[in-house]
Amino acid sequence: MTRQAVAAGVSALALLTGAPALAEIKIGASLAVTGPAAFLGDPEAKTLEMLVEELNANGGINGEEVELVLYDDGADPNKARTFATRLIEEDEVVAVIGGSSTGTTMAMAPLFADYEIPFISLAGAVVIIDPVQEFVFKTPHTDRMACEKIFADITSRGMTKVGLISGTGGFGASMREQCLDVAESSGVEIVADESYGGSDSDMTPQLTNIASTDGIEAIVNPGFGQGPAVVTRNYAQLGLDMPLYQSHGVASDEFIKLAGDAANGIRLPATPLLIPDQLAEDDVQRQPVQDYIAAYEEAYGEKPSTFGGYAYDAFHLLVDAIERAGSTDPVEIRDALEATEELAGVTGVYTFSPEDHMGLDLSAFRILEIEDGGWKPVEE
Amino acid sequence: MAGQGTTTAPQESGREMQARTEPARRRVIGPGLRTFLIFAVLVGLGALIFPSSYFYRVGTLVWINTLAVTGIVVLLGYVGLVSLGHAGFFAIGAYATAILPNYGIPSPLAMLAGVALAGLLALAVGRPILKLSGYYLAIATLGLGMLIWMVLSKEAWLTGGPDGMVVSGMNARNLFKMVGLKLKSAEAWYWVAGFAAAIGAAIAVNLAGSPSGRALRAIHDSDVAARSLGVDVAKAKSRAFVISALYAAVAGALLALANGYITPETGGFMHSVEMVTMAVLGGASSVFGALVGALILTALPQVLTVFADYEHMVLGGIMVLTMIAMRRGLVPFIVDLWNRRKS
Repeated sequence: MTRQAVAAGVSALALLTGAPALAEIKIGASLAVTGPAAFLGDPEAKTLEMLVEELNANGGINGEEVELVLYDDGADPNKARTFATRLIEEDEVVAVIGGSSTGTTMAMAPLFADYEIPFISLAGAVVIIDPVQEFVFKTPHTDRMACEKIFADITSRGMTKVGLISGTGGFGASMREQCLDVAESSGVEIVADESYGGSDSDMTPQLTNIASTDGIEAIVNPGFGQGPAVVTRNYAQLGLDMPLYQSHGVASDEFIKLAGDAANGIRLPATPLLIPDQLAEDDVQRQPVQDYIAAYEEAYGEKPSTFGGYAYDAFHLLVDAIERAGSTDPVEIRDALEATEELAGVTGVYTFSPEDHMGLDLSAFRILEIEDGGWKPVEE
Repeated sequence: MAGQGTTTAPQESGREMQARTEPARRRVIGPGLRTFLIFAVLVGLGALIFPSSYFYRVGTLVWINTLAVTGIVVLLGYVGLVSLGHAGFFAIGAYATAILPNYGIPSPLAMLAGVALAGLLALAVGRPILKLSGYYLAIATLGLGMLIWMVLSKEAWLTGGPDGMVVSGMNARNLFKMVGLKLKSAEAWYWVAGFAAAIGAAIAVNLAGSPSGRALRAIHDSDVAARSLGVDVAKAKSRAFVISALYAAVAGALLALANGYITPETGGFMHSVEMVTMAVLGGASSVFGALVGALILTALPQVLTVFADYEHMVLGGIMVLTMIAMRRGLVPFIVDLWNRRKS
């Protein structure tokens, strides 16, 4: 009796810390809204909040309201795992979106198999979906695909000898490894391999080294944050004539601002989100991209980022799966999710299968070239 | 302690000795055992009221943090040395537990190896850097922590790099299964972490009352005075440094196993600061301070998620107020208050 009373007291406390249980369908999210990965989590959280509001205004899913339970894990894997436990046990959500970073995603992942709850990650690394875990999906393309896309463009220009200059942060290190891994199968040869630290302010020596390598034809810069902007400026200062490729990690207007005029002529793989008005009329992604940008700009008065796009896609995949499942049973939602076919999102067109929980192919990436401070798709 | 007793009265007859130790015997249980029992009761109390795995999960983190912070209490509270690099030792324990099983070494051995490695590193590094004091020591330990963090995030072939790595191996559930108890894994880890924290606290309390512990506290008050009393200051400091590193490494190994995944951030600067903050907030002079600090800084953010936007403000506010109003931390403040009321 007393034990029950105490337990009731504690769960009352839990209720107090959670949200009122009015909504019919609860979707959970644990994102890095603050902290070192806030640039990922913040637009993701904003996107989810906006979409839930929009969905409920339009009558919810099959007539049922949706409630979003969102926690800020600050990119701390430890916290993320705690929040995932909380979402599953206390908030009793039917599915979870989140893990802005690979670390938080991987820390949470084992829980979803234990509790049989579908989970859609917004992080990049291949390890999340390879090997495939039954309940774990993800929306962003992998850095491996970015390398393949860049290499495909390089070989289509008749070049094969590539120099890498990589950042040593998580993003750069992981992508560098993937690029080295796929180089051979993509038909290119890595002839130079340099790196720089996250806060380095001059990459001239590394670039000079690369440029003086025999037969070098193109430079690829896997990196993130300000490093690639510095590389781009140094590249222009040195007047190098081989093409420079940046990664999808810097595919934002911010990068053009940072790199200035030096950015002109740079190519990089990106989502169609950067070129909403240049997409062909019959492009299946045209509609979602323009919808998303319009809604986000209206809600927050700023342009959405690629990362917010990952959340946009995760949410739509989930809503679509719940609608098709016609049920809020997590396992049935998972089954429907895995059966997703040709769902056009802002990042790409998703087709999941038991062997593929990312569902994107190389067509998800568009190679863009920076021209007069703007983006221009490169004809393939 | 026993050694001291016999040196003062080597030739006493059994009867006299009994009379002499009478006051000591009145306390049936020693301070270490008492601390262990208090912790055990708290662990049990938690298990009694926790309604779900989520609570066990938060409880597990509280005990693991308590264990790590107990090490800081030994170093900061007993000797008065500030380390901003203890997350490094924490991470060594964690990563050894993660890495070694990949080379065929079973988890318990890997854990021991990690703890031993952290202890050896503390021993090797301790002697030279413990000559420093105050800010200089803080900076030197900070450097040590950064070095460890850099190795963990750069050596991707071994540690998985900045994205971290999976910890395969032992689950505490199986431990309980062997004795016929079927627990959820969150519950199992809670008991293991609680037990570890209780043992750790008991050892720390026993240490405080032992001659070595008294030597440490003498150093806390004054290096010179301690030396003039015949305390080998360098040795004592180094010993405290190693002990606190061992605590951090055990906690790290437990966290790695309980989480099943670790990233270099476990060894990051912010984690070091967090550990010291917990100790200072709760009161660095006692193991109960470690518990209270760990409890507040682990559980409060969970409660504060309702005011997500103000979470950092509230947390920061609590810490600033504690430091202004209760300089020595929460537990010593409350103990003082209690004593003043009684008198």
